[in-house]
Amino acid sequence: MKVALFATCLVDTMVPQVARATAVLLERLGHEVVVPPDQACCGQMHVNTGYRREAVPIVANHVRAFAGAEAIVAPSGSCVASIHHQQAAVARRAGEHALADEAAALAERTYELSQFLVDVLGVTDVGAYYPHRVTYHPTCHSLRLLRVGDRPLRLLRAVRGLDLVELPAADQCCGFGGTFAVKNAETSTAMLTDKMANVLSTHAEVCTAGDASCLMHIGGGLSRLRSGTRTVHLAEILASTEEAVSPHQSTQPAVSR
Amino acid sequence: MTAVFLGLPTAPRGVGHLRGDRSFPDAARDALRDGQLRANLGHATATIRGKRAAVVGEVPDWEQLRQAGRAIKAATMARLDEHLVALEERVTARGGTVHWARDANEANEIVTRLVQATGTDEVVKVKSMATQEIGLNEALEAAGIAAHETDLAELIVQLGDDKPSHILVPAIHKNRAEIREIFLRTMPGVDPGLTDEPRKLAMAARAHLRERFLRARVAISGANFAVAETGTLSVVESEGNGRMCLTLPQTLITVMGIEKLVPTWRDLEVFLQLLPRSSTGERMNPYTSLWTGVTPDDGPQEFHLVLVDNGRTAVLADEVGREALHCIRCSACLNVCPVYERAGGHAYGSVYPGPIGAVLSPQLTGVEDNASLPYASSLCGACYDACPVAIDIPSILVHLRAEHVEAQTRTTPEAAAFRALSAAMSNPRLWRLAQRAAGLGRFLARGKPTLPAALPPPASKWTRTRDLPAPPRETFTQAWAREHGS
Ligand code: SF4
Repeated sequence: MKVALFATCLVDTMVPQVARATAVLLERLGHEVVVPPDQACCGQMHVNTGYRREAVPIVANHVRAFAGAEAIVAPSGSCVASIHHQQAAVARRAGEHALADEAAALAERTYELSQFLVDVLGVTDVGAYYPHRVTYHPTCHSLRLLRVGDRPLRLLRAVRGLDLVELPAADQCCGFGGTFAVKNAETSTAMLTDKMANVLSTHAEVCTAGDASCLMHIGGGLSRLRSGTRTVHLAEILASTEEAVSPHQSTQPAVSR
Repeated sequence: MTAVFLGLPTAPRGVGHLRGDRSFPDAARDALRDGQLRANLGHATATIRGKRAAVVGEVPDWEQLRQAGRAIKAATMARLDEHLVALEERVTARGGTVHWARDANEANEIVTRLVQATGTDEVVKVKSMATQEIGLNEALEAAGIAAHETDLAELIVQLGDDKPSHILVPAIHKNRAEIREIFLRTMPGVDPGLTDEPRKLAMAARAHLRERFLRARVAISGANFAVAETGTLSVVESEGNGRMCLTLPQTLITVMGIEKLVPTWRDLEVFLQLLPRSSTGERMNPYTSLWTGVTPDDGPQEFHLVLVDNGRTAVLADEVGREALHCIRCSACLNVCPVYERAGGHAYGSVYPGPIGAVLSPQLTGVEDNASLPYASSLCGACYDACPVAIDIPSILVHLRAEHVEAQTRTTPEAAAFRALSAAMSNPRLWRLAQRAAGLGRFLARGKPTLPAALPPPASKWTRTRDLPAPPRETFTQAWAREHGS
């Protein structure tokens, strides 16, 4: 299958290794990966912060960039949820009905990584090897908007060498919430603290999830505490094999001093 | 500025409890430092969450029930005016008197006048959100009338000169030891040997209240439901104190928001299943009182129903926001909300806290009077999942954020930034330039994997508690294009 990869603005700009891992994984599974060069953002941050009018041209750019794609995969539950639940709605509200229809059609062909692997490709064992103790945080939009359910866990359970430990109170929000993390920084931090306490209680080396944004928040907190537990995106774990352990997959936690 | 609401009147300022005096982030900052509050709330919400999950899980058709609740509410709102007139006719035909109050001031005046006409200077009250919303107790006090709260938690709040912090359990922020202290300090004639055993505390409250029930000539209640086709009012409760108020006094005055009605008697079937399981986590609530007008020689012989708008018609006019009027005040959304659990109810500044408060209060007052509330959520969606009438609270929050942004007459620095970002994100060439500029941030890290911990505002809001990774030298799309020659 020819898969168009939507890296998402955050991954592309800040954690490119996550998009790289997604591409490597899909190619390893025998699919052709294309990366439409004009892609930017899904518009979620604008919509969720109240700038729904300003989100419309971003949606238009996204629809242009991916026009004609057979299947679109993104390593982010949150962005895929926005594509499914928000893009057409903001376009329609702005009176852009043709754009809304195109966005809705594109959304039907857009998948979050774990859903694409399990539902479309029908694989749970992707042939990965990752010899670490790992706990999984189900991010809110994957859990409640996309209903990915236990797909990521099924994928992780099939990874050789991986010791999966259950995260207590896993369904509790980590406190990221996009601009919430800065507009309500104190409350966000209080939520993060409880999430970190649960992560650390598992004694996992790695906390994984399907959203780089939540992981940047959780990982930023763990790193600030010099905790030694690091965050790694699900795609990076699934891309990892005995032959190809990328530097990011076995790296030190991001401690700066 | 209430321009967003087509000019329909919102709840007036200077009366009632829909507006806080501080923004949510400010109030939350203090609340988060209160370790006792965090412990009390964490414990209480976790307990109720567990009970609710257990009793909801045992109903095989819960999802259908929820959708039925939602559908009934939506259909009711679409013809609210007709149902209200029908209700008035039925209540009047059964010997009650219906009063229409445009807002909190009118409602308070009506109730005060009705109480004064009976010649009494004290009333007993059934727990009611509507009367808290309009500040009825303060209005009565100003007229020299003492209002005694009879719900246990509401009594604790009243005696402690405190504010409610939860819809169902207004004293959820207090633990047993704190309640004992309040009772010892404020209850006349209380046993000085009172312990913090729940039973002992309940007995003390019972002795305190019993006297007032027997003495009271007027009771004031809210309503959970009103049935338009029969003119029946309903209050659902756990303690039986409400039932005492609804049956003993000579005069009963019920204050009800106009959105609380259901068209037919059968509709109650749905809500009386949804409400107790969602609120207290019980299969059935201990007391469900239903009354229709006046029954000769049985219960109150004078019945008044005060229908309050106080901004509700304005909410009804908003096609996205109106769903907030479907709320049956069960509190499930509060109990599952991670923000509420940590910041507590007082941080919301309104009698309606938590997720429903964050969408209801700003709509009742006009969004500019509660502008920080729509942002007091990480949009995690737990409220939507828990809501027994399936109110899509996250979508309303996002809608109200936009209403707030679009109501600004001047360009804020934030708006300027988001507009610039929008311009970049909708033009691939500009976007690549913006990404390259962001990549320059890596030089701030001076070769380390993270940026400095002390960045200037607004980045400091992030970096005060979280490291930020140093941006990479090259974006993924750039690297891919280079490797694949496109
Ligand atoms: S919004 Fe829904 S969950 Fe929240 S109090 Fe109202 S009915 Fe209950």
